Amino acid sequence: MEMTDAPSMIGRPLARLDGRAKVTGAARYAAEFAPPGMLHGFLVDATVATGRVAALDARTALASPGVHAVIWHGNAPRLPWNEPVSPEFTRPDGARLRAFADDRVRFVGQPIAVVVADTIEQAHFAASLINVTYAEQRDPVVDFTEASAAATLRRDDTTARGDPDAAFAASDAQVDCSTVIARETHSPLESHVTIAHWQQGKLRLWDKSQWVSNVARVLAGDFGLEPGDVEVISPYVGGAFGSGGRVWPHTEIAAIAARELDRPVKIELTRRQMFNLVGHRPYTEQRVRLGANSDGLLTAILHDGAAETSRHERFSEGLLRPTRMLYGCADVATSYIVVPRDTSTPTYMRAPGEASGLFALETAMDELAWQLRLDPVELRLRNDPTHDLHSNLPFSSRSLAACLRQGAETFGWSKRRLEPGSWIEDGEQVGYGVAVATYPANYVRASARVRLSANGSATVESATSDMGPGTYTSLAQVAADALGLPVEAIAVEIGRSALPNTPPHGGSMTMASVGSAVLAACNAVKQKLAQITGTEHAPAKLVPAPEDSLVEQLRRAGLAQIEADGHSNPGDTAKRFSMHAFGAVFVEVRVDRELGLVRIPRIHGAYGVGRVVNPRLTRSQCTGGMIGGVGMALFEASELDRASGRVINADLAEYLIPTQADIGELTVAFVEETDPHVNPLGVKGVGEIAVCGAAPAIANAVWHATGKRLRDLPIRLEALLERRM
Amino acid sequence: MQPFAFVRADDEESARAALRQGARALAGGTSLVDLLRLQVEQAPALVDLGKLPFRSIEQAGGVLRIGALATLSDIAGNPLIQHAAPSLAQAVLASASPQLRNAATIGGNLLQRTRCAYFRDTGFERCNKRKPGSGCAALDGDDRGHAVLGVSDHCIAAHASDAAVALTAFDATVRLRGTAGERSVAIADLLRLPGDTPWLEHTLAPDELIVAVELPLGDVLRRSAYRKLRDRASYAFALVSAAVGLVIEDGLVREARVALGGVGTVPWRAHAVEDALVGRPATQSSVSQAAQRAADGAVAGTQNGFKVELARRTVRRVLLQLAEDTAWK
Ligand SMILES: Cc1cc2nc3c(=O)[nH]c(=O)nc-3n(C[C@H](O)[C@H](O)[C@H](O)COP(=O)(O)OP(=O)(O)OC[C@H]3O[C@@H](n4cnc5c(N)ncnc54)[C@H](O)[C@@H]3O)c2cc1C
Ligand code: SF4
Repeated sequence: MEMTDAPSMIGRPLARLDGRAKVTGAARYAAEFAPPGMLHGFLVDATVATGRVAALDARTALASPGVHAVIWHGNAPRLPWNEPVSPEFTRPDGARLRAFADDRVRFVGQPIAVVVADTIEQAHFAASLINVTYAEQRDPVVDFTEASAAATLRRDDTTARGDPDAAFAASDAQVDCSTVIARETHSPLESHVTIAHWQQGKLRLWDKSQWVSNVARVLAGDFGLEPGDVEVISPYVGGAFGSGGRVWPHTEIAAIAARELDRPVKIELTRRQMFNLVGHRPYTEQRVRLGANSDGLLTAILHDGAAETSRHERFSEGLLRPTRMLYGCADVATSYIVVPRDTSTPTYMRAPGEASGLFALETAMDELAWQLRLDPVELRLRNDPTHDLHSNLPFSSRSLAACLRQGAETFGWSKRRLEPGSWIEDGEQVGYGVAVATYPANYVRASARVRLSANGSATVESATSDMGPGTYTSLAQVAADALGLPVEAIAVEIGRSALPNTPPHGGSMTMASVGSAVLAACNAVKQKLAQITGTEHAPAKLVPAPEDSLVEQLRRAGLAQIEADGHSNPGDTAKRFSMHAFGAVFVEVRVDRELGLVRIPRIHGAYGVGRVVNPRLTRSQCTGGMIGGVGMALFEASELDRASGRVINADLAEYLIPTQADIGELTVAFVEETDPHVNPLGVKGVGEIAVCGAAPAIANAVWHATGKRLRDLPIRLEALLERRM
Repeated sequence: MQPFAFVRADDEESARAALRQGARALAGGTSLVDLLRLQVEQAPALVDLGKLPFRSIEQAGGVLRIGALATLSDIAGNPLIQHAAPSLAQAVLASASPQLRNAATIGGNLLQRTRCAYFRDTGFERCNKRKPGSGCAALDGDDRGHAVLGVSDHCIAAHASDAAVALTAFDATVRLRGTAGERSVAIADLLRLPGDTPWLEHTLAPDELIVAVELPLGDVLRRSAYRKLRDRASYAFALVSAAVGLVIEDGLVREARVALGGVGTVPWRAHAVEDALVGRPATQSSVSQAAQRAADGAVAGTQNGFKVELARRTVRRVLLQLAEDTAWK
C-alpha cells in the first residue's frame, strides 16, 4: 500500500454523505420506483403447512375490479430454473423453493399464487376471494423436540481435538449449561419489495437486496438468460440484517408476473409475510460443557448445537466457530445438528451463528468463573491463547486481552463484587456482566471501478449496497485518501448489478473486500496515469506538490478522464493466518425483583477491529449491534403456533424490538490495532461483532444482580419474578 | 381490504344516518383500519366522525368532560387532567406510541378490539370473537398475554385499553347519543364480559355514538397513579397495569380505588382491595394484605399464571407509593 504523509481521509469521523438525502426523502428506495404502467401483485399464502394445492378457484378474483391475472402453478410458465453462473452461497443445501413450479406446500405462508391488479388494494382484496383446496395434508411437525427425530448431523461442524470427554471427566471444575434461543426475525423497517420490468427480453429489477450481483445471476439462471440480461437496482436499503442476502420467491414471482403480463409488476411483502418469506434466525438449543483445573485453565470444551431448519433446505451457520478458536484449550469437541420443521427456511441474521453460539459459550464461562470464584474477566484472560488451536495458524492480530483490560477499566469493572445478588441500590438489584465477542475478519474477492476526471472529481463504482453502515461514505474516504482529493469530490455509485461484481453486503466483509477493491482501482488509475506521463519509475513524493496532483497530471496529459478497475485479492492469507475481530462487552443491569423488571442503564464495548475508516460510522454500527443484542437478550421471539406453524406475533406491535426507552448509555471504544495481514486496508469490519457479546453479557449481568441464572432467551419478566416476596 | 364506501359526516345527524345504513364509525382509525386491512373486520361503509364537535376537554361543576374525539395526545398533554386526574394522564401517556396517540381518540380507545393473535389472524380457524361458534384457539394455544379475570370457556382475550382502566377505577360514565336519545352508562355497563357471546363487546345501539366521557373529580382522583408493566419500556400492551387512587386522613384510608388492566377481559375493578383498605390504617402490612385480594377470582391458563401474582404486587407497589407520597404532603 502506498503511504503518504498527506493528512489521511481514513480515520475521519465524517457524517454520512447520504444522510441528507435520506432524511429529506430524496434517497429512493426500491419500492419508490414506478416504471410507467406498473401493476401490483399480492401474494396468496398457503394456509396449511403440508400437502399440496389440489385446486385453486380464481373465478371471483378474476372478475374483481382491476384484476389482470392470477398466476399459480396451474398456469405459471415452466422456467428453466438453471443454477446461477456462480453459486449463491447464502443459499443452504437442499431444494430451494421454485415459485409455482410444483403443487407442494412446504410451510404455512408459502406463496401459492399471485394476484396482479391495477392497485395494491384491488390485488389484496381479490386475493381474499381465491378458494384453495388442499390435499394430502398431514399434521405439520413444528415442535422442536418432535422434529429432532429427523435431525441431520452437520459433518463439517462436528469436530474434535484431543480427548475432550476424558479431559472433561478429569476436570477439577465442571460446568454443564444448556441454553435456548428463540427464533428471531430480522424485521427491518423497510419491507422487502421487488419491481420487475421486462424490455426486449431483458429483465430489470428494483429490489431490496444486500447482494444485487447475485440477484442478477440467480434470475438469469431461473429464466435461462445471459447474466448481462438482468439488471438489478437497489440504491438504498432500509435495513435488512441478513434478510436481503439471498433471492426469495417473491422476487422471482414479480419477474414471472411481469413477463406474463408484459407490464412492470411490483410485489411488496406485508409485515406478516416478512415473518415467513425472508428468513429468520433459527431457534437453537445448545449444550456447553466446560472443564477447568483449579487455576482456571480450561481443560475441556464440549459444545453441542441443535438448530431449526425447514424440511426442504438445511440451513446452518457459524454457531460453533467461536468455540473452536476462542480459548486456549487443547481438548475441544463441537457437534451440530439441524432439525427440520414444517416451516420456512432460516437465514443469516445479525451476526448469524456466532451471536447464538457465543451466548451459550459465554454463559457457560460465566458459570465456570463463579464455580471457581474467579473474576470473569480474569478467567478469560487466563485462557487467552497464543494462536488458533483449531486451524493451528497464528492470529493475524488479536486484541482480546487489550479489549478486556481497557474495557474493564473504562467501565469501572473493579467495583463489582464477586457474589451475585449482593448489591442493592435504590431498591433495585445491580449486576455487572461481561462477555467476549468475536467475528471472522472476512476478506473475499470484490471489484470496483474508479474514474478520475480532469475537472477534479472522481467516481467510484461497485455493485455493493449500503443498508445503513455508511458504505457510501467510507468508500468515498478510501478513494479520497488514495487519490488525494477532498471527500466531496468523490461520487460513489453502488447498488447496481451492472457495476463491478461484489460479495454480499453482509458478514462484515464489505469494508475489507470492497474497500480494498476501491483502493486497488485507485492505484490502478495512478499507475495508468504514470504510464501515460512516463513517470512510473520516478520516485513517488511523499506529499505531492499541488502542481503534481493526479488531476494536474491528467490535465497536462490532455485527458478528460482516466478509468481503471481494481480487485481485492485475498490470495492465500486465510491459509496463513487466523483472522478475527475481537471485543469485550460490559453491561450494567438493574433488576426490580418484585416486579421482574430488567433495565440496562449502560453497555460498554471495547473492540479490536483493525483500522477504523470512519470512527463515527463505526461507533454507530457498534451501538446498533449492541441494541440488536438487547433485543436478543430481552425481547425478540417469533412465536410459532405448535399446531399449524403460523407465526403468532407477526407484526411489529407484538414482535418486540428495543425502543429508545429501553436503551441507556452505550459507549464504544476501539483498541489500537494494526493488522498488516488481513487486507490492504487493515480493516476487520464491524457489522456483526457488536451483536455478538451483548446478549450473554446482559444475561450474565442479570445473574450477577439476582443470583438467578437464565439460560433461555429472551429473558422475560415471569422468569425473574421471585416466588415469595 | 374489502372495498368500502367512505363518507365524511358534517354533523351528528348525517353520521347517524350513515350508521343506520350499516356504516361503521371511523375516528382515528388506528384500531378499525388496521383490522380492515387484516380482513378481520368488514365494513360496507365508513363514516368519518372527524368533523363532529366532540373534541373539547372541559370541567363542568365536579365533572371532567372529555369529548369522544379528543386524542390520547390531547388528554395526556392537558394540564387540568394532569393535575386533577394523574392516573388517567399517565395511562394515556403509557399507551401506544406518539404517532398513534396523535391519531387515536378516547372513544375509539374504549371500543378498540383485543390484541389476541388468534383473533387478528384470519389464518386461524378458531376464534369465537371473529367467527361465532368456531371455538377459541387461545384456550389450548399461546395464552401468555391473555386475561385471567372475567374469562369464559368461550374467550379469554384481554381488553387492551389503558385509559379504560383509569376510567373504570374512578367511576367514569360514557355519554351516548342515538336516534332514541341520550344516555349515560358506566364503563362496566358499556363493555361486556365475553360469556358465551364473546363477539358482542359493548352495549352501544347500532346508531349510537359516544359523545363524551365524564369523570367525577375529587380527592381520590387527584391522588391517583397508573403503573403499567410490559415487556419493554415503551410501546407495548400491558401485561399487568393498575390504576389506583388513595386518600389517607389521620393515618386511615378514607377512600381507595383500584382497577387493573392486562388481566381482565374488560377493565377490572378490584373492589375487594378497596373494601379491605377503607377505614384501616395505611400501614405497609395492611396495604400488602389488601393487595393480596387484587386478583380474586382469577382463572389462569398455562402461561399467564404469573399475572395473578404480578397483579397483586403491582397494586401493592402503587398503593405504597401513593401512601408514601401522601405522607410527605
Ligand atoms: C401498534 C398499536 C399499539 C397500541 N398500544 C396501545 C396501548 O399501549 N394502550 C392502549 O390503550 N391502546 C393501544 N393501542 C390502541 C389504540 O389506542 C386504539 O387503537 C385507539 O385508541 C383507537 O382509537 P381510534 O380513534 O383510532 O379508533 P378507531 O379505530 O377509529 O375506532 C375503533 C372502534 O371504535 C368505534 N368508534 C370510534 N369512535 C367512536 C364514537 N365516537 N362513537 C362510537 N363508536 C366509535 C369505531 O367504529 C371502531 O369500532 C395501540 C394500537 C396500535 C395500533
Ligand atoms: S381468546 Fe377470544 S379472541 Fe382470542 S381466540 Fe379465543 S375467542 Fe378469539
